[in-house]
Amino acid sequence: MIPYELMLVMTLLVLAYFIGSHREKRHYESIIERELELNVLPAVSTKTIPKGHYEQQLVMGNVTISVDYFKRFLATLHGFFGGRITSYETLIDRARREALLRMKAAAKEQNADLVLNVKYETSSIYKGSGRSVGSVEVLAYGTALINDDKV
Amino acid sequence: MLISNLEILPEKTITEHLGLVQGSSVRAKHAGRDLMASLKNLFGGELRGYTELLQESREEAMQRMIQQAEAINANAILNVRFSTSSIAQGAAEIYVYGTAVVLEE
Repeated sequence: MIPYELMLVMTLLVLAYFIGSHREKRHYESIIERELELNVLPAVSTKTIPKGHYEQQLVMGNVTISVDYFKRFLATLHGFFGGRITSYETLIDRARREALLRMKAAAKEQNADLVLNVKYETSSIYKGSGRSVGSVEVLAYGTALINDDKV
Repeated sequence: MLISNLEILPEKTITEHLGLVQGSSVRAKHAGRDLMASLKNLFGGELRGYTELLQESREEAMQRMIQQAEAINANAILNVRFSTSSIAQGAAEIYVYGTAVVLEE
């Protein structure tokens, strides 16, 4: 006879696995779609302003994403045996790409031509139980250059 | 007020350098948002409440930095940077800083 608590944990793990991976898949699909859309607006980490008259504007995008229960469970196991923790890699990858996309969308709203000096800022905001990372917040910011003729 | 994270501006000269200006803001979310966050923590996904909270917090910090710059008669803040640190569970400090300058009009 399996104890009640173990049953609950198992059910949650299975639920978290299905819902979590479904959500991640959908998120990646949406990221790829929007990345293609915003490819026309380059975001670079250089600081040199190209020739021409530009207005400058600080733009930013942020996102907080949480990892699901199943992946956190996997990560705890990985933490014990060592090695790559793929579940956290995809979490941070999603957050970075999403933040950059939001920054680009903000720049596009201002009719910007490109974004210079892009910087990322990552922080773990909500700590899960114990040492595990609950979720990460990523902020992407940069200087949008808006062509004067368009203003 | 021009705010930029670049250090150089083409075709404009910095006539006066006024030093560092800064703004910070510490915020915590309310219980309702926290409850939603714990639910999301189970199944993964974006914690919209937190995203908004940090966004508001950042705007407030920037507003404070701008006020400081205005008080010393600057007309631009260059090389702006953000910094985030989590102070306690559910509370985050947002810090924004930059160099206040006077640009030639």
